[in-house]
Amino acid sequence: MSNDNNSAFEPRIIAFVCNWCTYAGADLTGTSRIKYATNVRIVRFPCTGRIDFLLLLKAFASGADGIIVSGCHPNDCHYTSGNFHARRRWMVFRSLLDTLGIDTRRIRYSWVSAAEGAKWADLVNDTVATIRELGPYNEYKKVADYLGKEAGDE
Amino acid sequence: MENLHITNGQLAQWLDDMRRDGLRIFAPVAQGGKTDFKFLAEGDTVAEDYVQTAQSAKRIVLPMAEVLFSYRKHGKDIEVANPGTDRFNDTIIWKARPCDARAMRQVAEVFTRDYDDAIFEARRSHTTIVAFSCNTCDDCCFCTSVGGSPGGTEGSDILVTTLTDGGGALVEVLTPKGEGLAAKYLAGAARADGIDKQAHLADVRVLFSADEVRAKLDGAFDSPVWQEQSERCLGCGACAFVCPVCTCFDIQEDAHGARGRRIRCWDSCGFSMFTQHTSGHNPRPTQAARWRQRILHKFSYIPEKLGEAGCTGCGRCSRACPVDMNISEHLKAIAGHE
Amino acid sequence: MNNLTELANKLLGDGTATKVIGYEEAHGKTRPCFCTEAADTGRLVLDERCTNNIAVYLTKPEIVGGHKVAVTATLPVLRTMVQLAMENQLPDGTTAIVSTESGEGLAVLPTVGDMERVVAGTPLDISGKERELRERLKAMSREERWQFWLGEMSRCIKCYACRAACPLCYCTRCIVDNNCPQWIQPWASPLASMEWQISRVMHMAGRCVACGACKQACPMGIPIHLLTLSLAEDIQNEFGVAPGSVMDHGNVLSTFKPGDKEDFIR
Repeated sequence: MSNDNNSAFEPRIIAFVCNWCTYAGADLTGTSRIKYATNVRIVRFPCTGRIDFLLLLKAFASGADGIIVSGCHPNDCHYTSGNFHARRRWMVFRSLLDTLGIDTRRIRYSWVSAAEGAKWADLVNDTVATIRELGPYNEYKKVADYLGKEAGDE
Repeated sequence: MENLHITNGQLAQWLDDMRRDGLRIFAPVAQGGKTDFKFLAEGDTVAEDYVQTAQSAKRIVLPMAEVLFSYRKHGKDIEVANPGTDRFNDTIIWKARPCDARAMRQVAEVFTRDYDDAIFEARRSHTTIVAFSCNTCDDCCFCTSVGGSPGGTEGSDILVTTLTDGGGALVEVLTPKGEGLAAKYLAGAARADGIDKQAHLADVRVLFSADEVRAKLDGAFDSPVWQEQSERCLGCGACAFVCPVCTCFDIQEDAHGARGRRIRCWDSCGFSMFTQHTSGHNPRPTQAARWRQRILHKFSYIPEKLGEAGCTGCGRCSRACPVDMNISEHLKAIAGHE
Repeated sequence: MNNLTELANKLLGDGTATKVIGYEEAHGKTRPCFCTEAADTGRLVLDERCTNNIAVYLTKPEIVGGHKVAVTATLPVLRTMVQLAMENQLPDGTTAIVSTESGEGLAVLPTVGDMERVVAGTPLDISGKERELRERLKAMSREERWQFWLGEMSRCIKCYACRAACPLCYCTRCIVDNNCPQWIQPWASPLASMEWQISRVMHMAGRCVACGACKQACPMGIPIHLLTLSLAEDIQNEFGVAPGSVMDHGNVLSTFKPGDKEDFIR
C-alpha cells in the first residue's frame, strides 16, 4: 500500500516513551533547538515495561497512522530490567501482529537515551517519512468504527 | 392464504430471482466447518446438507450490538441524537427452521409485551421469514417435546416443505408479507393439492413433557439437581448466544471524551459477571445457581408469562456446548426427578 | 470392572484422592465427569476420544475446593498440569492417572516430578492438518492475512468459550470483565474480537501447551488455535522453548536474557 497523494497527508504518530531516557531525550531535542517533524504526540510512561501492548492497538483504533515505542538502552533501565522485559514482549507481539496481518512497519521501536536529542529528532523524522510513504492506516481505521457503519445496517 | 406446489427448478429459480433483484437475504452458508446464517454475497452458495445452523437468525431483529442513541456534550449542554427507525432495509430470512420462526415470535413478545421497543419493531417489520420444514433431525433436536413440530408454521411468513421423494416442494403462504413475496416470485405456481406434508417431515421423538418439567420445577429451587447437572459447566456464553429465544442484553457505554454512544449488546446468564453487583456481591455466586436460572427462566418463568416454554427445542445449545451440557438430557432428568 | 474403574476405586479407597476428574461416554462422544465414590467410577473411560482438556477444572475452587484430586490425564492434560504446577496453580497432592506408553495399562503419577518426566519424554507433535493451515497462512500476503482474520473475527459472537475451555486462562477477573478502564469493547465486532484474541494469545505466550481446547470449544469454528500455535512456533524459534515443554525457570515473558535479539530496534 503506497501513498499517491503524499503532499495532502500528514501522518499522525503516537510515541510511547519512558520517563527516564527517551522523554528526557526528547526534551533535550527541544532545548537544543533541533527542528523536527511536528506529527508526533508523546505519551510519557514510567518505563517501557509499563507500555501495555493494548495501548498500541488503542492508538491505531483511535486513528494513529504510526507508533513509536522508545525507552532506555539495555542495561540503562531506571528499574534495572523493565526494558529487557519490554523487549521480549515486543518480539512476541510483533510476530503475533504479523500473523494477524497488522502492518508491523507502522510500529517503530527504539532506544533513545537522555543524551540523544539528535537521535530523537532523527527517529521522528524518519518515522514520519516512512509513514508518509505508507499512507494513512485506513485499513485499520475502517474496522474501528464497526457500529457506526456495518452493524447499524444489519 | 394458499398452498402452492412448485418444482425443484422453480424453488431454485425463486432464490436466484430474489438474489438477482438485489434483495438482502440472510441464509445458511457453510463457513469454517460449520453452517451458519450470513447475508448472501456474490458467490455464496446456500447450504444444503446440514441439520441446524450454528446460530439462529435472531440477530436480524436483535443484533449482537445496537446503538440506542448517541450524545455529545457541549459544556453543560448535552445533545442527544436518536438513530431513528427509518434506516432499516427489508431482509428475507431464507431457510430458517420452524423452531427459529417460532422463537422469533417469543423474542417479539419480550420486546413488545409491556414496552414497545421501537428499534426492535422496526427491524421486525422489515423482516420476512421463509422457513423450511425439517426433513432430517439429529439427537439434539427436541422441538416436539416443547410444543413445536418439524413442520410447524408458527412465526413463518412462508413455510416451504421440500418433498423427500424429489417431487418439488410444498409452499404454504401464511401471512400478507408472505403473500407479497409469493405474488412476485411464484406467480405461475400450481396450487398444491393432496400433498401429505407429514410424510415428508423428520421424525423428532418426544423426550419429555414441558408441562411435567414445569410442574417439577415449582419446588425445585433448592434441589441438589442443579449442582449435579452443572458441575462440568465451564461458564461460557455459547448456549445463550446460539439460542433463538434468549434475549438477555447488557447496556454499555461507548464513550470517547465528550461524545459517546449507548449500546445494547448480548449478554448471557452463564457468565459470572451477569449478576455481579458493584459492591462485589453476586447473588448467583456459583455455576449451579446460574444453570438453575437458565432452566427456571426458560421452563418456569417464561411459561408463567407467555403460556409456553422459552425454548423451541432447536438443540443448538447442546451442539455448541464444549462439555456436552445436553439440555434435553437434563430436562428429561428433571421431568423424571422425584 | 475395567482397570480404570479399579484404579480409581483404589485411589478413592486408600485416601490418595477424594475426587476423580475423568471422562465418561455420552451421546457417542466423551465429556468430563466427576467421581467421589466407588459407585460413580464405573462410567470412567480414557481413550483417544477424550479430547476435552479437563485440567481446566483444577483451578476452579467450586470443583477442587476441599478435595484431593486425581485426574485421568491424556497427554495434553498432563502437559497442562505440569504448566499449572510451574505457575503454582496445581492443587497440592493432585495425582494423575495416565495410560502407559503401550496403551495397554495404566500408571499413577503421584508427584509433579513424575508428570514432568512423562511430558519431557514425549515432545509435542503438531498434527499435519494444523501444520498445513499454518503454512497456508504464512504463504498469504500481509493484506490477505488481515482480510482472512477480519473475516474469521466477524463470525465471533464473544461467548468466551475459548477462555472458559482454556485450562491456562484461570484469572479470577479477566481483562475483558473490567470496565475501568474498558480496554476492549464488550460487544462483538471484528476489531474488538480481534483485540480480545490478541490479549488472550499474548497472555498465553510461552505458556500455551497447544492442546487445542480453544478451537474445539469455539461454537463458530474459528481457527483461533492457529494464533497460539504460530506464536508458539515463533517462540520456539526465538527462545528455543518448545510448546508444552517443561520450564523450570519461569515463562518466556516473565524472564529475559540480556542478549535477546534486538534487530528490530534502532
